[in-house]
Amino acid sequence: MDKKFEPLIIGFTCNWCSYRAADMAGISREKYPPNVRLIRLMCSGRLDPTFILKALAGGADGVLVTGCHPGECHYLEQNFKAARRFSLLKRMLNQMGIEPERVKLVWASAAEGVRLAKEITTMVEEVRALGPLNWPGVVAEDGNGYVAHLAPEEVSA
Amino acid sequence: MSDNGKPKFGMYWASSCGGCEISVLNIGDKLLVVDEVFDVVFWPCAADFKYDDVRGYPDGYIDLCLFNGAIRNSENEEMAKLLRQKSKVLVAFGSCAYEGCIPALSNFTSKEATMEAVYLDNPSIDNPAKILPQPINKVPEGELDIPHFYHTVKSLDQVVPVDYYIPGCPPEPHQIWAVLEVVVAGLLQGAELPPAGSVVGAGQVAVCEECPLSKHEKTIDRFYRPWEIDPEPDLCLLEQGIMCVGPATRSGCGALCPQVGMGCRGCYGPLEGVEDQGARMLTALASVIGVGKTGDTEAQLEAKLDKIMDTIVDPAGTFYRFSMAHSILKRAKVNGHGAKKGEAK
Amino acid sequence: MSKEKIGVYVCHCGTNISGTVDVEEVSKWAGENLEKDGVVVSRDYKFMCSSLGQELIEADIKEQGLTRVVVAACSPHLHEQTFRTAVKRADLNPYLCEMVSIREQVSWVHTDKKIATEKSKSVIAGGVKRVAFHEELEPLQVPINEATLVVGGGIAGIQAALEIADSGFPVYMVEREPSIGGHMAKFDKTFPTLDCAACILTPKMVSVGDHPHINMYTYSEVEKVDGYVGNFTVTIRKKARYVDTDVCTGCGICEEKCPQKVIDDIFEAGLGYRKAVYRPFPQAVPKYPVIDTDNCIYFQRGKCKACQIFCPTEPNSIDFEQQDEIIEITVGNIILATGYDLFDARRVPQYGYGRLANVFTSLEFERMCNAAGPTNGEVVLRDGVTTPEAVAIVHCVGSRDRNYNNYCSVICCMQSLKFAHLVKERTGAEVYNFYIDMRTPFKDYDEFYQKVLEEGAHFIRGRVAEITDAARMPGEEGKLIIQAEDTLIGKQRRIPVDMVVLSAGLESRADAKEVAHKFGISCSTDEWFIEKHPKLDPVATMTEGVFIAGACQGPKDIPASVAQGAAAAARVLSRIQSKELALEPVRASVIEEKCSGCRICNNLCPFNAIIFHEDRMVTEINPALCQGCGTCVAACPSEAITGTQFSNEQILAQLEGLLMLDVEGGLVSMLEPEMA
Repeated sequence: MDKKFEPLIIGFTCNWCSYRAADMAGISREKYPPNVRLIRLMCSGRLDPTFILKALAGGADGVLVTGCHPGECHYLEQNFKAARRFSLLKRMLNQMGIEPERVKLVWASAAEGVRLAKEITTMVEEVRALGPLNWPGVVAEDGNGYVAHLAPEEVSA
Repeated sequence: MSDNGKPKFGMYWASSCGGCEISVLNIGDKLLVVDEVFDVVFWPCAADFKYDDVRGYPDGYIDLCLFNGAIRNSENEEMAKLLRQKSKVLVAFGSCAYEGCIPALSNFTSKEATMEAVYLDNPSIDNPAKILPQPINKVPEGELDIPHFYHTVKSLDQVVPVDYYIPGCPPEPHQIWAVLEVVVAGLLQGAELPPAGSVVGAGQVAVCEECPLSKHEKTIDRFYRPWEIDPEPDLCLLEQGIMCVGPATRSGCGALCPQVGMGCRGCYGPLEGVEDQGARMLTALASVIGVGKTGDTEAQLEAKLDKIMDTIVDPAGTFYRFSMAHSILKRAKVNGHGAKKGEAK
Repeated sequence: MSKEKIGVYVCHCGTNISGTVDVEEVSKWAGENLEKDGVVVSRDYKFMCSSLGQELIEADIKEQGLTRVVVAACSPHLHEQTFRTAVKRADLNPYLCEMVSIREQVSWVHTDKKIATEKSKSVIAGGVKRVAFHEELEPLQVPINEATLVVGGGIAGIQAALEIADSGFPVYMVEREPSIGGHMAKFDKTFPTLDCAACILTPKMVSVGDHPHINMYTYSEVEKVDGYVGNFTVTIRKKARYVDTDVCTGCGICEEKCPQKVIDDIFEAGLGYRKAVYRPFPQAVPKYPVIDTDNCIYFQRGKCKACQIFCPTEPNSIDFEQQDEIIEITVGNIILATGYDLFDARRVPQYGYGRLANVFTSLEFERMCNAAGPTNGEVVLRDGVTTPEAVAIVHCVGSRDRNYNNYCSVICCMQSLKFAHLVKERTGAEVYNFYIDMRTPFKDYDEFYQKVLEEGAHFIRGRVAEITDAARMPGEEGKLIIQAEDTLIGKQRRIPVDMVVLSAGLESRADAKEVAHKFGISCSTDEWFIEKHPKLDPVATMTEGVFIAGACQGPKDIPASVAQGAAAAARVLSRIQSKELALEPVRASVIEEKCSGCRICNNLCPFNAIIFHEDRMVTEINPALCQGCGTCVAACPSEAITGTQFSNEQILAQLEGLLMLDVEGGLVSMLEPEMA
């Protein structure tokens, strides 16, 4: 029986807005798929691209980055730094062959629990459609043969 | 084989350009000191020893083996394992062995695409029969085999344990000599050697410390390609919009490139304790790009970011130029192996 | 094998968690599978936050020598402090306790019990791996300056200022308008008691003006706020009144003699006039007038100077050369009580405000009813003479409306009932209240509604579709027709009236976002200031030392505003009494040996905590100013900056734990390149 692929997505939240938005979703009992596991940071500005790379290399199929809306950062402007890093990282990940739907940035204020739940639901389906990332497999793959344009045959000495 | 009591020296090149050998020669007359102190027992570039010679040595016979070049194929790996077995101290010499260097940029593409580009689809090849190298070729006399070409280039420490790393592309001659001095002191006078796994022949902080250009609070408004402007002589290149990955690169070279108006490319590898050099440069650079301020709508912010990020050409190649094999992702995911060129989007 | 001894505690939270997550299975799994990570005891319990639950932890710490604790329960925003305190009681550093959420972020949001259970395991694995890297930390103690800044001189700000000043501590009050009093000073009568607003407000205003511990800066605005809790440096711009307040006696002659009449948009809601040199209202505090330079003949054309000519004081109180004054103060705490703006009824074109003369807003109507207002308290049409025979009062204008503001403005129903009563009292006209729901929840409110019902006002349950002067049926000529569906009888109705009063909703101030940014707090999507917790902490904000009170936090009536003003004052007073505040030790610091002086981090800190030492060419971070956001930690290309409580090791360890199991609970395969 074909088992539905369940993507594993790691989410980074900021302590003041998006983590509270996730809490708000809980308080509102707003259901969303269980495929996202959240890490709390103090601020989206704490987000080191290393975390995203480690998540993808470590078996995650997608990464969700969240933070306060631009202009509403608890630490005033740090989410702008997060936005800059994310923009450049997306371009780099593109070059690494990672589909854009796998790494997403969502701004969510503490009041937007329902919206965050919806964004998570959408992202889970988008990543599900892409299939597993299986980065450990990507790295370990090492074909020992060549693409055979010609079958091995006698070559005159 | 003779044993005159002198410590044994080996140097091998795997997938490399030969620059590391030249750099060793560049230590100049100190080479004579090396010759005096050591007995060279294996150095394909400089002397006529065979693989079988090495196979015949006792384990640990080679006191100091400088291994440069990345692991591109099965021969490189076989030699890495052989030399590890036969060496006391195995050094990953130069950026290729340390972290992949230029050969590891091949990790952006696939083996198939590489084969196609070299043997099938380039302007100077005429191969209508589409002959590709095969691992085994039957000839009237029997079977010939050639090393397997790997899909992913690896660093030396990804196939064998490594004692020391000397970074650089190539390592600077004065740094090579500094390391040799330490090793000789250790071998001949019993002086303490650095802890195994150390990066030697390099500094402990970033290139910025060595760089004589003046540094200020940084805000980058746009980037310039190196040919687009004449940089001001005494001012930090990055502040002028010229890509320089010095902040994320280990010092030791003397900041040779920034001094002449060329942004550091990162060949001395990441800082102590840093796993992924590219991620560090990416985050540092992006953080100081002066885009986005309170009052911008989300759409405005995204548009401004797109505009400036589009001027950073090939971020992955720029940030991982030397350290691809050691990076967290290690290679790109390439869609559709086979007849397609297979380059990542 | 970890050298730590970690205790894991999984809470049932009654059935809140255990109803969806198999907590016993999770606890057992943690005990067996996280043993190599240091878990030595793993328990589940019905209510971890109860004293018995906490005692479980304390007992294990003492008896088993636990070095770390992980509690899997509700959100850390609720109980992190509870468990940290419990851990501290058992003599373990409170920062060695980590809390992970399996309620708000698992049991309350997922339906598949099996998968929710697997997710809980991963979340706990993340916490366990992370907590091993926690360090012992001590909170940072900061001294608290005794002075307080209250921004806004409305009823909430006044209450807060008086409470603090009466306790003997200095208060600075900054008010943008020339007088304190806020919106309440404009009202006529207040519901439900029908007290005269001015009568109950002005004594408080006078107390503020005369108080020995209150420094009032009216006609002033805060320009800049620097520093942090306990030690804010605030720059205030005191705008030039062009009146020397040291000399002026408030006699009012200047106002009387001024030849320039100006429509008073602020206090009289555009219904009346004032002069170019004016006091906003007779009971203004302070009593000094101010010159409106945009309309003053002298400032515009260089002529007149009647005010100066007739001013009786020696020296003259009028000073045309007066400049704005910049004042810097130091305070320990700040209370924002900046109030609200009225919804602009012109945004609802079908109601005709601004186009149809006899459509009024609530604020206009208040002024009309006020005995000291432009009509001396007479309810008349826009012509100033005609008494209306029928008045419509429209509830929910701009509120409860997806086209404008989704929320309920709280006070409009009571206000509309009050209007109905006043109209009846003063005119005997027919009154029609068009409402959606009748919101009269507090003390004596519903009784007031019943009274108005008895007075004979008509109540039609339906949102008004249109207010028009286009007559279509007999009896509508020269009238304003209200078209609405009467939902209780299920019929469309057209009701002709002479006058309409729109109960316009409350909105946040136009510059609320800017103000929030200035003080380092945030606004909600509707741009009200965000409180720390909507139920349990409505006057604090997420920024230590900055509190909010009154309508700036959300629409509310006068009793609630007063209560919040007092609550904010109480919070501030407790801070002042403690003399010191313990700040969370979430801080960044530079490892000097690793710093190359690249200066990438130098301009990343909005709190100016990052200092560069030119002599040593290294960067340093001031721990007192550092707010712990971690932006510099993430930016440093050498990884030379570390952050406590959110270090790279901790986060990457947590990531490892989260990636231990896949969504269905299988092990995630971790293929590594082959090592010889």
